[in-house]
Amino acid sequence: MRKSRTLNLGTGSFVLLGFAALFFLTTQTTSRGLTWFGPPRYEVTAKFDNVGDLKVGAPVSMSGVEIGRVAKIDFDSKDYKAVVLLRLNERYNKIPTDSDASIYTQGLLGGKFIGITAGGADSYLKDKDQIDFTQSAFVLENLIGQVLANFTKSKADEQNSAAPADTKSNADTKSKEKTK
Amino acid sequence: MFRELWESFTDALEGLGSVVHFLFRLVVHTPSALLRFNLISQQIFNSGAFSLVIIMLSGLFVGMVLGLQGFQLLQRFGSEESLGVAATIGLVKELGPVVTALLFAGRAGTALASELGLMRATDQISAMEMMAVDPIQRVVVPRFLGGVISMPLLAAIFSVIGIYGAQLIGVQIMGVDSGSFWSQMRSAVGLKDVTEGIVKSLIFGVACSLIAVYQGYYATPTAEGVGRATTSTVVTSAVVILFLDYLITAAFL
Repeated sequence: MRKSRTLNLGTGSFVLLGFAALFFLTTQTTSRGLTWFGPPRYEVTAKFDNVGDLKVGAPVSMSGVEIGRVAKIDFDSKDYKAVVLLRLNERYNKIPTDSDASIYTQGLLGGKFIGITAGGADSYLKDKDQIDFTQSAFVLENLIGQVLANFTKSKADEQNSAAPADTKSNADTKSKEKTK
Repeated sequence: MFRELWESFTDALEGLGSVVHFLFRLVVHTPSALLRFNLISQQIFNSGAFSLVIIMLSGLFVGMVLGLQGFQLLQRFGSEESLGVAATIGLVKELGPVVTALLFAGRAGTALASELGLMRATDQISAMEMMAVDPIQRVVVPRFLGGVISMPLLAAIFSVIGIYGAQLIGVQIMGVDSGSFWSQMRSAVGLKDVTEGIVKSLIFGVACSLIAVYQGYYATPTAEGVGRATTSTVVTSAVVILFLDYLITAAFL
């Protein structure tokens, strides 16, 4: 009897330890846990023309301080906009209603996050409110496209203006290659 | 020569077939074995709780090495804050399940195989059969299930200790910021990564325990046979674990 008691005790504590470890892995190392045991939160929505590669769970920050996270990203088929649900910490409940939300990139190629800049209104955002002023994600491809377009355009201009000289130098290099 | 090759090929095929058949028998007997849970609980104690010390020590050192190596590597790109992400993903998805399974095969698998092999060699299994006690149900299935239940728990403990090992080196010694260590980990590690680790360790648990009880149960009833069963348990388990690891990783991508 004595022996089976210590045995059961050992098995029990091993299983308990194992499940505690599993619990730790699922709640403490993933973003999932924060929404379970986090401080009280309230939700506001914001509509964007383009959210880029913004992900659920991305931080929402104000002056660089994280005040919440992106909870859901949906598509509104009425006005063809992306609806982003922001879950903000209840502690930061003094955000003016005319604040604007923009999507920024962490670092040069990092993930996207939402930055809120405070407005000047006297009333504050409450649960289920909507942020009206938004600025879409800055899409790197578009920018590269624009830069390339400008570049080729300026190059074409340059070539047009300096066409004779250019052809001459081309001919020069060709003749050099031949002699090699 | 071709004849020998062909024979060894058919032998291997026959072995695989009999392992599958054995697994099927174990699964059939599982419901009735679950009713006598104290037998399984004893085996969880034997193969799980006794492996705890080696698992925790190895986890700590693996985590510390990850912390050190990861720090050195990430420092070159100026992103040492990602150390938490790197260590956790590595531990939860790969190192936790795989190293735990390899240690488990060495610590508990060999014990299972030699125990069952000695039972076979000293005719205890035949004695049970004579007393109309099904040795599969009474002896083999509880050991098998004990291993299957222990493995995910051990792997989880390994990962948690490893994360703290990485934290110890990265945060306490190398001076990575503790807040960004944990917050970057939380934002980058998904529930899917943890699930992948749990699924892996469950499958490794089945594979390791199955190989151990199969080798022990069908060991040649001599001193040499028991020794050979123990050796081939470790070798087969290691190869099968690494092979399955590749398959599961590919399936989860």
